[in-house]
Amino acid sequence: MGTGGIAAGGAEVIAAFKKELKLAGIKANVEEHCSMHKVGCRGLCAKDVLVDVIVNNEKVTYQYIKPDMVPRIIKEHIIEKNPVQDWAVGEDYHFFHKKQFKVVLSDCGSIDPEDINAYIAVSGYDAARQVLTSLKPENVIEIIKSSGLRGRGGAGFPTGVKWEIAMRQNSKQKYLICNADEGDPGAFMDRSVIEGNPHAVIEGLIIGAYAIGSDKGYVYIRAEYPLAVERLKKALSDAKKNGFLGKGILGTKFNFDIKVKLGAGAFVCGEETALIASIEGQRGMPRAKPPFPVYNGLWGKPTVINNVETLANVPYIIRNGANWFASFGTEKSKGTKVFALTGKIKNSGLIEVPMGIPLREIIYDIGGGIESGKAFKAVQTGGPSGGCIPAELLDTPVDFESLAKVGSIVGSGGMVVLDETDCMVNIAKFFLEFTQAESCGKCVPCRIGTKRLLEILTRITKGAGKEGDIELLEKLSKDVKAASLCGLGQTAPNPVLSTIKYFRHEYEAHLQGKCPAAVCKELLTYYILEQFCKGCGACLRACPAGAITGEKKKPHFIDSEICIKCGACFDVCKFKAVVKE
Amino acid sequence: MKVTINGKTIEVPEGTTVLEAARMLNIPIPTLCHHPKLTPFGGCRMCIVEIKGAPRPLTSCTTPVSEGMEVITSSPELEDLRKTVLELILSDHPNDCMICEKAGDCTLQELAYFYGISPYNPPLLKGDKGGFLGERRVYGKRDGNPFIERDMEKCILCGRCVKVCDEVQGVEAIDFAYRGFKSKICPTFEKDLDCEFCGQCVAVCPTGALTGKMWALRGRQKDIKEVDTTCSYCGTGCNITLHVRRNEVIRVTSREDTWNEGWLCVKGRFGYSFINNPDRLKKPLIRIKDRSNCSSGSNGLNKVFKEVSWDEALDYTSQRLKEIKEKYGHDSIAGLSSARCTNEENYLFQKFMRAAVGTNNVDHCARL
Ligand SMILES: Cc1cc2nc3c(=O)[nH]c(=O)nc-3n(C[C@H](O)[C@H](O)[C@H](O)COP(=O)(O)O)c2cc1C
Ligand code: SF4
Ligand code: SF4
Ligand code: SF4
Ligand code: SF4
Ligand code: FES
Repeated sequence: MGTGGIAAGGAEVIAAFKKELKLAGIKANVEEHCSMHKVGCRGLCAKDVLVDVIVNNEKVTYQYIKPDMVPRIIKEHIIEKNPVQDWAVGEDYHFFHKKQFKVVLSDCGSIDPEDINAYIAVSGYDAARQVLTSLKPENVIEIIKSSGLRGRGGAGFPTGVKWEIAMRQNSKQKYLICNADEGDPGAFMDRSVIEGNPHAVIEGLIIGAYAIGSDKGYVYIRAEYPLAVERLKKALSDAKKNGFLGKGILGTKFNFDIKVKLGAGAFVCGEETALIASIEGQRGMPRAKPPFPVYNGLWGKPTVINNVETLANVPYIIRNGANWFASFGTEKSKGTKVFALTGKIKNSGLIEVPMGIPLREIIYDIGGGIESGKAFKAVQTGGPSGGCIPAELLDTPVDFESLAKVGSIVGSGGMVVLDETDCMVNIAKFFLEFTQAESCGKCVPCRIGTKRLLEILTRITKGAGKEGDIELLEKLSKDVKAASLCGLGQTAPNPVLSTIKYFRHEYEAHLQGKCPAAVCKELLTYYILEQFCKGCGACLRACPAGAITGEKKKPHFIDSEICIKCGACFDVCKFKAVVKE
Repeated sequence: MKVTINGKTIEVPEGTTVLEAARMLNIPIPTLCHHPKLTPFGGCRMCIVEIKGAPRPLTSCTTPVSEGMEVITSSPELEDLRKTVLELILSDHPNDCMICEKAGDCTLQELAYFYGISPYNPPLLKGDKGGFLGERRVYGKRDGNPFIERDMEKCILCGRCVKVCDEVQGVEAIDFAYRGFKSKICPTFEKDLDCEFCGQCVAVCPTGALTGKMWALRGRQKDIKEVDTTCSYCGTGCNITLHVRRNEVIRVTSREDTWNEGWLCVKGRFGYSFINNPDRLKKPLIRIKDRSNCSSGSNGLNKVFKEVSWDEALDYTSQRLKEIKEKYGHDSIAGLSSARCTNEENYLFQKFMRAAVGTNNVDHCARL
């Protein structure tokens, strides 16, 4: 159960099961056949709380479970062996899983993340044992290189190559840092991995540290992830107790310890040089590269920084072999990728797909299409550094190169689905608001440039855009990208550029005083279609501004001078007589 | 290491930055945040150059040269980016040159001039009626400290002051606060500055954001005569430059190529008002009245002391020393010298006490 599951009421459901089983157990004596585990995130957040009940090795998954539903499940299913079909998951649940392929998440959602033995029972720490006792660092790096694993933190840098450079550095002290800062709005991949299977990340760190020759690791994790932090700390202490961390790991001469460093929640602290500054106790501001951290990182020592998901892949690659991993994905993007699928999609949640899967399959097969049958407009990938991909490019395969080619990025794995009721200028503005607030303020193009971009976008959405504003956005975006110091500023204009590229007509419409998606308040007018208005007076009563007049049973009228565009009339009218445009 | 910049090749030691190499070759690269005595920052982005093989322009002030590197310091693209950067800075600047202490000596003003960027008619961010567009940081509060005027609206966040305070002075009185457009340099919790007031930050600020409070409206760079001298405050003997306007010292700075590298302390930098103070003693005085009858204040002075020549004063002193020594013995005399004297003078003073007066009773104010 991850944070999402808990928010949906998972803890209460567990308590109910405990209580009811105890009650029932006394009578029916089922306790000995029955065990119950908390598990990590299982992906389909939209259907939380999900419960598996396994009786005689047959599993039934229930969706939308609330505590008051528990007694019936226990009575009918566990005691009477008749699964409650009404509450079981349907076709779409199975479809959700069919096109996915799970590596990183393979044990997430099926093992108890707070129990190291649960991980060990599914071959956990076997990879670390194999590496430490029978492989040389060079061999490990060879495996990771030939698996084709590339960094999942955004840039897609080949992990084996990074490790190899670090291994070659002639330094007594080296560091390995796991980047669990995950600051993109809407992203929860790394959080779910740590909440669902923290030991896989730890095992990845052990293997990585051995490969590069480091005896000290850090996990930089944001303090806003309390459950992940708690589980991680428990996992670290259990790993130490079981001899997977500390001095002389598994009887070898290899020493390795991991410290948890809490981040205060600045997006820019996910950038590696800012992250290092933050661990050193400085303000989280990036510095120019070169020199890169592999040469000169934490406390001036060679440092490898890897993303959570990158590291969580490692034990599975070692266990199953490089060829196995390389058999998924495309030529240049191997393996799978975890995405946080959100927005206007039916099955929002955490998914893992083979690289190269077409966007269309993610959205329609796994995601189940758009909520409430509206038309798909675009999908935003890569968070604030990414871009919007329009419907006509839905067959784009999801891999590093293909997404870059259409002006977006894989990024860390945020995927926000937009439908016809989303205004693209407004979306760009949303992301710019984020990047501007999160800019560290160090360099001029990002600090002031994103502010000016945001101001221009804001005035466009307010109907105060000027002729030439679109060109100005393009020019300034280009310069901010080219001249900024770090990845934040270098990618911040992407949402602007990609929305202009594919939805220029929406920008132009705004300049002419119209918001095609009817989102930008200042550009809307509400009016009543006489032919549909029944004169019921619902809108008149709902309007907080007193802008609506009309006699009973006669068409009503909205005075646009008084209307404050709150949309109350639009929401209450049963006859679709109120329109906004 | 061999590096080629704009077609000219030079051999430089490892660790040299591209900017340093360019300066060795006399190739100009505009900079705002770089300061040769401080660690590189890379924030202003003015010093960007094109390096063969790099996917994007890199800042020359932060990039170390590597063997065989090929660099271009100016191209239409680079100059265009520099213009955008300057324009962005000026779009968030008071553009107060006409009443700014720093005018005529301001790196920002200088660059805006050479790039031909007027805040009132910027080529890129054309706003209404030729005015620049967008929000500008406006801060109401004035820092109440006695020495340093901190006009943070003029601050371009180059970080030099933060670095000098940390790396040179070791005080860390100020740092970056907040994020994004609201980023600001300030002391902890935005309190008034309460530090050593060495003014190192003022010395390195490339704009009018940091100036001396006592400099205000006393004259700018134009019409100033610079007089190089040595600070009279202590035996360290820092080199200072007096800025003199109409025969009055209105500011003290220090050149970077002196042995004290341009760094001073609060006394040397801001403690110059004594020079023209009417209370300043310019001639020796001999007391004519008993201490018990003294009234204090400068009017009282004339009644208690009389002005004498150096010869008269020295004769008087030697005569009295002899008398006292004869009457009460040499150890009845003690000598205290001043930290404002040089080492040599202090040496001579103790020599005089020991050899001429014959006592070991000698001390120095810096030890008290
Ligand atoms: C503004 C910014 C934010 C970033 N945030 C993260 C993050 O939250 N998590 C992450 O793993 N990488 C983040 N990155 C990428 C890291 O700098 C770094 O490339 C990555 O952690 C390297 O790991 P990988 O090679 O395993 O992908 C961010 C980069 C930038 C520029
Ligand atoms: S690009 Fe933005 S976040 Fe990065 S260093 Fe510059 S100001 Fe800071
Ligand atoms: S700091 Fe420089 S550019 Fe700014 S007002 Fe003063 S002189 Fe002009
Ligand atoms: S006056 Fe000196 S101590 Fe004070 S902030 Fe400036 S550099 Fe630091
Ligand atoms: S006050 Fe001056 S030195 Fe300090 S950051 Fe601002 S412009 Fe730079
Ligand atoms: S001088 Fe190099 S970035 Fe400012």
